[in-house]
Amino acid sequence: MLIGVPAESKPGETRVAATPRTVGQLVGLGYDVAIERGAGRRASFADEAYVAAGARVVDRDEAWAGDLVLKVNAPTDVEIGLLRPGSLIACLIAPALNPGLVERLTAAGVTALAMDAVPRISRAQSLDVLSSMANIGGYRAVIEAAHEFGSLFTGQVTAAGKVPPAKVLVVGAGVAGLAAIGTANSLGAIVRAFDARSEVGEQVESMGAEFLRIDVADEGPSATGYAKEMGEDFNAKAAALDAEQAGDVDIVITTALIPGRPAPRLLTEEMVASMKPGSVVVDMAAASGGNVAGSVADELVTTANGVKIIGYTDLPGRLPTQASQLFGTNLVNLLKLLTPGKDGRVVLDLDDVVQRGMTVCRDGETLWPPPPVQVSAAPAATAAATPPEPAAPKPPPDPRRRYVAMALAAVVFGLVAAGSPSVFLGHFTVFALAVIVGFYVISNVAHALHTPLMAETNAISGIILVGAILQVGSNSTVVAVLAFIGIVIASINIFGGFAVTGRMLQMFRKD
Amino acid sequence: MTRNLVQAAYIVSAVLFVLSLAGLSRHEKAKEGNAFGVTGMVIALAATIWLSASQSANALLTLLFVLVAMATGGSIGLWRARVVEMTQMPELVAMLHSFVGLAAVLVGFNSFVEGGDTGSGATIHLVEVFLGVFIGAVTFTGSIVAFLKLSARIRSSPLMLPARHWLNLAALVVSAGLLVWFVGSRSVVPLLLMTVVALAFGWHLVASIGGGDMPVVVSMLNSYSGWAAAAAGFMLGNDLLIVTGALVGSSGAILSYIMCKAMNRSFVSVIAGGFGQEVSLGEDKDYGEHRETNAADVAELLRDASSVVITPGYGMAVAQAQYPVAELTSQLRKKGVDVRFGIHPVAGRLPGHMNVLLAEAKVPYDIVLEMDEINGDLSGTDVVLVIGANDTVNPSAAEDPGSPIAGMPVLEVWKARNVVVFKRSMATGYAGVQNPLFFKENSQMLFGDAKERVEDIIKAL
Repeated sequence: MLIGVPAESKPGETRVAATPRTVGQLVGLGYDVAIERGAGRRASFADEAYVAAGARVVDRDEAWAGDLVLKVNAPTDVEIGLLRPGSLIACLIAPALNPGLVERLTAAGVTALAMDAVPRISRAQSLDVLSSMANIGGYRAVIEAAHEFGSLFTGQVTAAGKVPPAKVLVVGAGVAGLAAIGTANSLGAIVRAFDARSEVGEQVESMGAEFLRIDVADEGPSATGYAKEMGEDFNAKAAALDAEQAGDVDIVITTALIPGRPAPRLLTEEMVASMKPGSVVVDMAAASGGNVAGSVADELVTTANGVKIIGYTDLPGRLPTQASQLFGTNLVNLLKLLTPGKDGRVVLDLDDVVQRGMTVCRDGETLWPPPPVQVSAAPAATAAATPPEPAAPKPPPDPRRRYVAMALAAVVFGLVAAGSPSVFLGHFTVFALAVIVGFYVISNVAHALHTPLMAETNAISGIILVGAILQVGSNSTVVAVLAFIGIVIASINIFGGFAVTGRMLQMFRKD
Repeated sequence: MTRNLVQAAYIVSAVLFVLSLAGLSRHEKAKEGNAFGVTGMVIALAATIWLSASQSANALLTLLFVLVAMATGGSIGLWRARVVEMTQMPELVAMLHSFVGLAAVLVGFNSFVEGGDTGSGATIHLVEVFLGVFIGAVTFTGSIVAFLKLSARIRSSPLMLPARHWLNLAALVVSAGLLVWFVGSRSVVPLLLMTVVALAFGWHLVASIGGGDMPVVVSMLNSYSGWAAAAAGFMLGNDLLIVTGALVGSSGAILSYIMCKAMNRSFVSVIAGGFGQEVSLGEDKDYGEHRETNAADVAELLRDASSVVITPGYGMAVAQAQYPVAELTSQLRKKGVDVRFGIHPVAGRLPGHMNVLLAEAKVPYDIVLEMDEINGDLSGTDVVLVIGANDTVNPSAAEDPGSPIAGMPVLEVWKARNVVVFKRSMATGYAGVQNPLFFKENSQMLFGDAKERVEDIIKAL
C-alpha cells in the first residue's frame, strides 16, 4: 500500500509526519512512501534525504491520494476533499473538541485515527504523541523561559560577585512537567514542583526537584492516567501554596491540563502581581484557556509589574527536527501495530483497545467516543482484595524453648558418650571444635571468592589421601590395591584443586 | 618418637588449613591462603609418607607405590586444572568432589578389611566405617550426576520419579537396618549392600534437583565430601582428617545456606528437589507487549549514559560472552562512563561463578559488586544491561506475593532509567516464571546470541 505524507498547511507548523529515518522503517514494513515536495524543509530534512531512504517525492495531490495519509495536524476542509474514500488518515484530531471535524471525516468515507486519542496504557506508550510532544514541549518551555529571563539559571561564585541560582516552580508533573523539571535542573536552577496527584512525588524527586506536598486526604490515583479535577478543600490549599511560592520563585512553568475541559486557573492576577519584576511565567496550557491569568495564546505578554507571561502553543514545533523524528516514530509504531504481517497491508483490529480507542470513524460510521478503558497503572484501593491476606508474621520462637532443646541435646549426648570409649570422645572433641572453627572462618567470606574457596576446600578434603597412604603398605593385596587407587584419585583432587585455585586467584585483580 | 613428630606435623597442617580458609575469604589474602593450604598439605603428606614407610614391612616398595600413585594422580590433576575453561569450573568442581567420595569408600573398605582393634572400640569402629562408606558413596554418585548435568551430558531438568520422597526415606531406613545387621554380624555383605543402596540414593538425590539449583547442590556435595573425610578420620583415629573434614564440611554447609537464603528457599526444599518442574504458568496473564531494540540504539544509549550496571547470569556463561562484555566495559570506562557489575548470589551454576568468569576476562574485581551493595544504587542508574539473567532480576519476586519465587531477593534493575535485556527468546527462566520486567515501560529487549550482540554494540560504539 502507498503511504502519502503531505506537507503541513497550518500556519507556523514546522513539523512533518515522516523523516528519512522513519521512511526507512516504513519501507521495511512493506509500504511504498510518497512525500510531498518540500514537506520536510522546515524540519531540516531535504527531499534528497527522503529519496535516499526509499521514498518518492511527489506533488500535493498525489501525496493526499495515498492509501494511508500520515500527517501532524488535522486536515482542513479542502484537504479532506483531496482524500480518497476508503483511505486511512492518522494525525492529531482532538475528536472531543472538534465534533464538526469528526463529522466531515465520517462523511468523507475515510478511516481516521486520532494520534491524540491513544489510551494511556503501557503498551500504547510507544505511539502516544501527546507524551512525546509534551516531553520536548516541557524542555522547550524552560529554554524559552531562560531566553526571556534576565539572569542565569545556575548559581556561581565569581570574582565579580555571587550569581544566585534561579528558582523554578513547575506546576503539574505530567510528562511535560517532568521534562521541564529535568531541563531546569540540568541548567543548574533550584527546582520545585507541585502536582495534585501526590503519587507522582517520587518521580518528581527522581528528576531532582523538591516536591511540594499538600496535606489533604488522598483521593487515590486517577483511573484515566491523567489528572482530574480536585475537591474544594484541596484547591484552596493549592492556591495558598501557589500564592506563597509566586512571591519567591523567578520562573513558573504551568502544565496543568484536564482532557476535554478548559485548563484550570492556577495563578490568579494577584499572584502574578506579587511576582518579582523580570520573573517569567510559561503557560503551557495557553491553548485551552491558560493556567495563568493574563496569558494569551501564542504571545508573550509583559504585565504592568514587569512579569513576562509566555503563552506559546507551538513549543514542540520550535524543535522541528526532533519533534518530527519523535512524531514520525510514533507513527511508525502505530503502523507496526496495524501491519502484523509486515507485508505492507493494514489490518485494523477494532477488538484491540488501542486501535479501537484511536479510531474516530470508519467507512462512514462515527466510532467516537470509544468505550472507556481502565488504564491506571496503580490499581484502585478496592482491587486490593484479590491477593490472599499475607500470613501474619510468625511470632518469634520462645527463647526458653531453645535453651530446653539445647539442654536435652546435651543430656542425650552425655548418655551416648558415657558408653563410648575415651579415644572416640577425644576425636569427637576435635571434630566439634573444628566444625565451629570452620563455621566462623567461612561465614564472612566475600561472595566473589566462593568458587576459589570451593576449589580450595576441595583440594584440602583430598587429605583423605593420608588414610590411603597409611593403608598402602598393608600385607593384604586387596587393601594395597584399593589404597593405591585411592591415592591416585585423591592426588588428582589435591593437585588439581590447588592448581585451579591458584589459577583463579591469579585472574582476580584490582584496577 | 616418630608418632609424636607426625602428630606435631598434623597439628601444624591443621592450623595451616584453617589459615588457608580464613585467607580465602578476602581478596587481599586469598593468594596467601592458597599458599598456606599447599604448605599444610605438603607437611601432612610428607609426615604421612614417612610414617607409612616406617610402619610397613617393605619401606621401599611402599614408598614406590605411593610415589607412583601420587605422580599419576597429580599429573592428571594438574593437567585438568591447566586446561579447564572457566565456564567449565562447575563441572570440574563436581568431578573433584566425586573423587573424594570414591576415596572415602575405598578407605572405608580397607579399614574394615584391616580389622583394627577388637573389644569395646570395635563396635564404634564398625559404625564409623559404615557411616564413612555411606557418606562417601552418596557423595560419589551425587557428584557424578551433578557433573553430568553441569556438563550437559544429561538433561538438567529434575528427574521426577513417583513417590521420590518415599524412595529417599526408604533408602535411609534400609541403610539403618543394614547398619544393625553389620554391627551384629561383622560380615562384609551388609556393607556391600549398603554401598549399593547409598550409590543409588546419591544418584537419585541429585538427579531430582534441577539445573538452576546447582549452586546449592555443588556446595552441598562439597560439604558431604568434607564429612566423608571426617568419617574416615574417625575410623582411622586420625585427628588431621577429622579437623580438615570438619572444616570443609562446615564451610560447604555455610555456602549452601548462603545460596538457599539467596533463593529464599529452605535447604530441605532444595534437597527434596523437583523445583522448576511444577509449571504453574496457568495464569495466562496479559503482561502487555515487550519492545525490541537493536545494537546501534543500545550503543547510543550507553554512550549517553553516565552510569551503567551490568547484571550477568548463566546465559553469559553459556554464550561465552564474558570477553566481549569486558571489552565493552573497558571501552565505556575509557569514555568516562561509570560501569559496575551486580552479581546475584545464585547467578550461574556454582557459587561465585560469575565473578570467576569476569575475573578471567580481566574485569577488575572492585567494580564487581554483590546484590546488596548495588541494589540501593540502581534507581540512580542510567542503563542496566541484563545479560543472560532472568529469575534473578524478576520483579514479581518482590511485587507479586502469588509468584513461585515470591520473596526471593532479586536485583531491582527495573528501578533504573533504562533496562536492556539480552535474551535468546521470550522463553521463561529456570523457575518457569514469566518475567514482567520484559514488559516494563523502561525495558527493551535485545534478542540473539549474547556474545554476538555485545560485539555488535562494541562495533557500533
